[in-house]
Amino acid sequence: MTIRQLIDRLSLRVLAGGASDETQLQGCYIGDLLSRVISRSVQGGLWITIMNNLNVAAVAVLADIPCVLLAEGVEAPEDLCEKCAEEGIFLLGSDRSAYELAAAYAQNQP
Amino acid sequence: MPDAIRMRFDVDGNDFAAAGTASSEVKRALKQLGMPSGLVKRAAICMYEGEINMVIHADGGVASVAIRPGSVEIELCDHGPGIPDLELAMQEGYSTASEQARNLGFGAGMGLPNMKRYADELKIETELGVGTTVYMLLHDRPC
Repeated sequence: MTIRQLIDRLSLRVLAGGASDETQLQGCYIGDLLSRVISRSVQGGLWITIMNNLNVAAVAVLADIPCVLLAEGVEAPEDLCEKCAEEGIFLLGSDRSAYELAAAYAQNQP
Repeated sequence: MPDAIRMRFDVDGNDFAAAGTASSEVKRALKQLGMPSGLVKRAAICMYEGEINMVIHADGGVASVAIRPGSVEIELCDHGPGIPDLELAMQEGYSTASEQARNLGFGAGMGLPNMKRYADELKIETELGVGTTVYMLLHDRPC
């Protein structure tokens, strides 16, 4: 599934635009503890989290994550949006839970 | 041994938001130099964990990186409180991070275990009240 397909099929808010919405997502990881995310996440994949501080962008860059999805209606501070845009990372948002989003991601695989 | 490309960073201990900046710069440099992607990833993780530890435990410090063909050397030196029980600190899940740090997603107790997992060599010298020096060497190898 591409990032564009993810946005459309899961009706996600785009909080910051990334490098290319035609990027194919390689998998999905849910987590809020940054050291776990950086070592266990899927390279090139989707990261679903409720963390919304600036370190999220740093971890995404270091772990080669092109797309971060903030769950449960968590809002993105301006500095995070700006950093993600600068680094070419898509920052998305949804009111749904991490579980619901991951399940929808799996169900909507082409 | 070929000349190394060296990088040095003063890591600010009071700026949680900027934590990871040095690691991002190292990763960018390694990619630009065309280092193997597996080595880039491992070095980025090791550097990040070391940088974060200096920020959340030691009020900052100095990170020095030496890049050679096929290898990356990272040395992190701080003048923080030192590690009272290194064996305990190496255990996955053990953390002494503050509430403030935990609220930001730090304190998973994975810092030193991740360094051990991804570095080929890890040496830690620590003295209570004096500080800690972490040395890591990474070679190109399959992940």
